[in-house]
Amino acid sequence: MIIGLDVGGTHTDVVLVGENGLEKQVKVPTDTSALFNTVLTGLEKITENIPANQISHTVLSTTLTTNAIVQGKLSPAGMIVTSGPGIHPEAFRTSAHYIIVPGGIDHSGREIEKIDPEKVKAAADQLERAGIRNVGVVGKFSARNPAHERQIAEIVGDRFDKVFLGHQISGNFGFPRRINTTFLNASVYPVHRNFFEAVKKSLKQMGITVPIHILKADGGTMGLDTSIDFPGQSILSGPAASVMGSVAFAPDYTETLVLDIGGTSTDMAVLIKGVPLLAPYGVDINGYKTLIRALKTHSIGIGGDSRVRVENGELKIGPDRTGPAMGYGGTEPTPTDALFVLERSEGGDRDRAIQGIKTIAGQLGISVEEAAYEIFDETCREILAGARQMIKNINSKPVYTVKEVLTGYKVNPDHILVLGGPAAYFAEHFKNISGYTTVDTVPECQVANAIGTALSRTTCEITLFVDTQKGLATAPEEAFSETVDLNFTRQDAHRMASDLLNQKAIRLGANAKDIETELLEDLEFNIVRGFRLMGKNIRVKQQIKPGLIHEFKTISKKITDGCIQSE
Amino acid sequence: MLKALNKTGLVFFPAFDWAISATHPEREERLLYTQDQVLEEGLFDIEGIQEFKSEVVDIKDVQRVHFSYPDEWRVMTESHFISAGGAKTIANAVIEKTVDNGFALVRPPGHHSMRVVHGGRGFCNVNNEAIMLEHLRHAYGVDRVAIVDTDCHHGDGSQDIYWHDPDTLYISMHQDGRTMYPGSGFTNELGGPNAAGTTLNIPLPPYTGETGFLYALNEVVMPVLDEFKPELVINSAGQDNHYSDPLTNMMFTAKGYAELTRILKPDIVVLEGGYSIEGALPYVNIGIILALAGMDYSHVIEPGYDPEKLKQTESVTETIKRTCETVKTNWANRETIGQRMRGSQKFAERRRNIFYDTDGIHETQHEALRLCPDCSGAIKIDSTSDRGAHILAIHIPRKACNNCRELGHQWFEESKPADYDMICLQDRIDDTYQVKNK
Repeated sequence: MIIGLDVGGTHTDVVLVGENGLEKQVKVPTDTSALFNTVLTGLEKITENIPANQISHTVLSTTLTTNAIVQGKLSPAGMIVTSGPGIHPEAFRTSAHYIIVPGGIDHSGREIEKIDPEKVKAAADQLERAGIRNVGVVGKFSARNPAHERQIAEIVGDRFDKVFLGHQISGNFGFPRRINTTFLNASVYPVHRNFFEAVKKSLKQMGITVPIHILKADGGTMGLDTSIDFPGQSILSGPAASVMGSVAFAPDYTETLVLDIGGTSTDMAVLIKGVPLLAPYGVDINGYKTLIRALKTHSIGIGGDSRVRVENGELKIGPDRTGPAMGYGGTEPTPTDALFVLERSEGGDRDRAIQGIKTIAGQLGISVEEAAYEIFDETCREILAGARQMIKNINSKPVYTVKEVLTGYKVNPDHILVLGGPAAYFAEHFKNISGYTTVDTVPECQVANAIGTALSRTTCEITLFVDTQKGLATAPEEAFSETVDLNFTRQDAHRMASDLLNQKAIRLGANAKDIETELLEDLEFNIVRGFRLMGKNIRVKQQIKPGLIHEFKTISKKITDGCIQSE
Repeated sequence: MLKALNKTGLVFFPAFDWAISATHPEREERLLYTQDQVLEEGLFDIEGIQEFKSEVVDIKDVQRVHFSYPDEWRVMTESHFISAGGAKTIANAVIEKTVDNGFALVRPPGHHSMRVVHGGRGFCNVNNEAIMLEHLRHAYGVDRVAIVDTDCHHGDGSQDIYWHDPDTLYISMHQDGRTMYPGSGFTNELGGPNAAGTTLNIPLPPYTGETGFLYALNEVVMPVLDEFKPELVINSAGQDNHYSDPLTNMMFTAKGYAELTRILKPDIVVLEGGYSIEGALPYVNIGIILALAGMDYSHVIEPGYDPEKLKQTESVTETIKRTCETVKTNWANRETIGQRMRGSQKFAERRRNIFYDTDGIHETQHEALRLCPDCSGAIKIDSTSDRGAHILAIHIPRKACNNCRELGHQWFEESKPADYDMICLQDRIDDTYQVKNK
């Protein structure tokens, strides 16, 4: 059985899934100021009366690193940066401890300015004097040639607790994003390491020594040990957890729009034949644009608890939330109150809800029932409008080849999957007003996020550059470099990348059965100098697709069957 | 956080799957390193810089500008439709004020394509700027526009299309035609009799450096623009004046291009040539984008840049000064020059031979222009190629008077299909294009 734990804003869901489907679920309140206790309590409760040998592994999705960043509780990290021509690197300063040293690599990986060891030493001295313990080293075009970053790391030696090198964190281009990503990794490193070492220790005391995996923003997992070296990957895993929770129940033949309706907001994503779309570059968090792989999600400030009021004779919903619905003791009317009034939802105090909606009805000059319907309808419509906007954005992403322009592939989902608290009440209305063929709710949608966390597979990606003129194939992220001859082909590159990807996935904790690779980029160029063909420039990017582990089908079927039986 | 002072739009269409031929300078690899540099700099992440997806122009957009033989499909590839579409996308974003200015980083280029198209010339098949501009005029009613061409090669195609249009000021700065393809663009090429002075050429001697380019810009281009007062300034931004370009002999730099852009303040920039794909393009493009966005470009310095080596000689400086004087004088005397060209004739005629170097076609043209006192005049072009094509192309300009419009239709109706392989009428008043075939 697998434990899946997802820390949410108000409560933490923990599930135990296995061959009988959802074996057990618990909910504990999230205490952000004592997150460790929250996680531990959740784990203790879920394993109560469960023999330790029945558990195969644990997957955790926490808000630890996300909160550290959002609340500005980062531990001070230093940066040593080199740059070549372009925008002045001062523009990308991350903090006071940001030192630019000589050195430069051009777009083709050639050295254009040497590293000055004395300047690097001086930078390290300065950081050390300032009490910095964790350092990031980033060079422009280090994803093409990491020599300078490695040289700097060597000069710095072991003077710091941890040195993060930009090229190891992402093989993608984007110098400012690489700086931010490396900085965030260095900044959350101590809190992440301390937290998960403590979790590991506590589980051990409970007699549970199974592998621990951490959920990433791309909906994949990584082993705990790997996460210590790449703590930034755990940022914003929350939205990914719910998307992965819907994957098990999404059709594998069409495109699906996933709507996760929460209290404050609705999170959206698109699945193509059951596979979630990735964001083009990476996570954006608290003003930091990063290279952290993430699922393409879109959030709008409309949810069950959004504040409803009338402004200039018009109904307004959200984006703010003042508290729970009036039916649950809140002070201002919300869409959830509208559901109580319409008797589509139970459990709240309907009289209080009516009281709230009455004010709105009065201002609009309509009956309470009409007002409730208006609010509910408008909420659904605004959510759908947000979804249309997201799909439009996805389809307006520029493409760089004639073939892609002319084939003009456009995302066009015909299926909606709804999850989140009030999912069931919304699904029916979406069906009436959206024009989508099918609208379903995710089974057990109250804990779908934790189920998604439990069932996610390990993901990773690899970027391989081949330059047959130089006779080199390199994957700087993997510290891989091999000589190739002029006859090296694109097919050879595919094979080489695929081997590297497999090795990497196993190293990160993947089960060989779950490795499903996909080409993300596949380009080949003639290198011509002086009108002569000198070689080929081949670029291949492959990934393990975000998806679920191979056992998921049995488990998700049981979950679906279980829901049907209980109805 | 980095922020652009101006909202700048970009269309990046490197056509990674299109080439004239495997080792041709206009091949897949051309914008590869530029893409790498743009992505590594994170330009698309800067607040205020917005990337747009290139659209595809339709046949009507092309027919508003060109007479294509045998037809548009056979003189263009898909990539040409997208490249021109990229320029159109940026133009729309600028005119609708979604952005303050924009740059279409597209290939293939277009400024050697003339009004009549039998094939490819100087790596160009259709004229991206003209297709874009005539779309703007048709869709948004734009009128007076200046095109400043800073490619190292004379933009003879753009010059040809706007030769008779007094509302389009075409200024080209390029390497002297005696030393460079296409061998035209001298100071005495000033436009047709109805549009004298709205074509200006500033041929620059080989080994012109930053000083020379900026001198011509400040001394001639800027004052002329001030006087012409265009609603829009378009820059045909070839990047082959760079000192590392393999096809030319100039000594311009990335920072120089950025400086030129800052001074010129173009509304729309369209990439033209430039074939130093590793040493120049990545840096020149970054420089232009930063300058458009109103950002600091002082750190955009090519590896190996040596200002001492790139200093132009005294004699180059002197030549440029003399050329600029001539151009200024011609501009000042444009009315008189026009009157002299028109004389008392009813029609102005010219015969020309045009060579399509990319496709190896020779064309002979006989052009007749009505010297109209009320408009820029109807145009009739009789064109024969050595491939055996004989076509008659009739152009009724955008602001044609009734007489010229009637004359254009009369020419079209009177022409006998038996005499030509194709007869076309471009009536810009009702935006139609008619073809009569044998």
